[in-house]
Amino acid sequence: MSEACATAAADSAPATPTPPAGPSYGALMKDGLWSNNPVLAQMIGLCPTLAVTGNATNGLGMGLATTAVLVLSNMLIASIRNLVSPNVRIPVFVALIASLVTLIDMSMNAWMYELYQVLGLFIALIVVNCAILGRAEAFACKNPVSASAIDGLAMGLGFTLTLVVLGGIREILGSGTLFAGASQMFGPAFHVLEVTLIHDYKGFLMMILPPGAFFVIAFLIAGHRVIEQRAAKRAAAAQAPLPDGAHA
Amino acid sequence: MNIAKQFDTLWYQGASLAFVAMVTGAALAIASQATGPRIAEAQARKTQAALAEVLPGNSFDNDLMADTIAVKDTDGRTVTVYRARKAGVVTGVVFGMENKGYSGTIKLVMGVDRDGRLTGVRVTGHTETPGLGDKIELAKNPWVLSFDGRSLGDPAPARWAVKKDGGIFDQFAGATITPRAVVNAVKRGLDLYAAQQATMLGEPAAPAAPQS
Repeated sequence: MSEACATAAADSAPATPTPPAGPSYGALMKDGLWSNNPVLAQMIGLCPTLAVTGNATNGLGMGLATTAVLVLSNMLIASIRNLVSPNVRIPVFVALIASLVTLIDMSMNAWMYELYQVLGLFIALIVVNCAILGRAEAFACKNPVSASAIDGLAMGLGFTLTLVVLGGIREILGSGTLFAGASQMFGPAFHVLEVTLIHDYKGFLMMILPPGAFFVIAFLIAGHRVIEQRAAKRAAAAQAPLPDGAHA
Repeated sequence: MNIAKQFDTLWYQGASLAFVAMVTGAALAIASQATGPRIAEAQARKTQAALAEVLPGNSFDNDLMADTIAVKDTDGRTVTVYRARKAGVVTGVVFGMENKGYSGTIKLVMGVDRDGRLTGVRVTGHTETPGLGDKIELAKNPWVLSFDGRSLGDPAPARWAVKKDGGIFDQFAGATITPRAVVNAVKRGLDLYAAQQATMLGEPAAPAAPQS
């Protein structure tokens, strides 16, 4: 059992902390933002994704809070990866991530009360976001701290981007506005983001309610797949002429 | 020593789990100790600000949080009443009410002056539908201000309802249950004030107040 981390942990002997030839930072960014996007490709963390994206502002807030937690948790897991037995890694990661999120929650509540008023709701929801444990399991437990931090950042930004797009589409269709309430959440400077796209719009209620989230996410995932498949086909076509006789 | 060699031994797994539990437990305990007072302070400040918001700015000079009294409403629920005093005289009271909304409980605070007129209503917590029911928040919509200056007799009891039910208060497009719940909660609060006025003001239930 527990192959995921076992091989990696055994590979990276304590003497040489860096595993052989990790992926480049650019590749990590592309992975997180597009090809292996947590929501569109991995389809993890869907519960908070669908729940908070009634508008683009909430999507942005949730995305940024998740990004911060992802970077920290990835770094934490990566820094202890060579000390954790593969057999007990899941409970260890869960305990560490849950404590980390709770620590962030309490510190923000105590020292950044204004920000906590805004993001506090999202921080508590992050505990149930399996994207955090997913990245710990899939990446941070077999890669060095720096690469894991970049992976957390890339995955977090990919998550944020998807949530903003999803929230934006639902908001435009549902209430005809975009980034409504951004100045309340992030400060008066963000008032410029708030636009009313359709004046005197009666609203399409279902898009704001949970069913709208499912519809829009379905179209986004389908769109992501179509683009990925086209790209794969084009790549295959470009390579096809070289090996003789291979045509698909 | 090569730690990886110990990974399959029971003692290492047990010990590492125990160690992680100890470290995280200790970290949380320390953080809780360190942040507890600050969090309580911030929440008290927030409560104080919310209380002051439903009272006219010049109507009190006391510490609202320190001058409270508990009364029982008709459901047997204990309601904490904060008293606003100016030069020692109670000028009004603030208390919280709640009601079931469309999804979950809506909590609000309301300020009432000595004559039973509303000085303000604010929703302090709710889980209503974003974009629809959340118009009961002042930040989203000025709707709650329509309660200012109202009292049990204004409008008449039958008109203490949303327009759809023959009352005078607006409902929102696509959301009637939420404003209806708020209107009912405010009405119940005024009834409570009328029933317990003497207790809330901290005066003997005499026909008229002794001074002026």
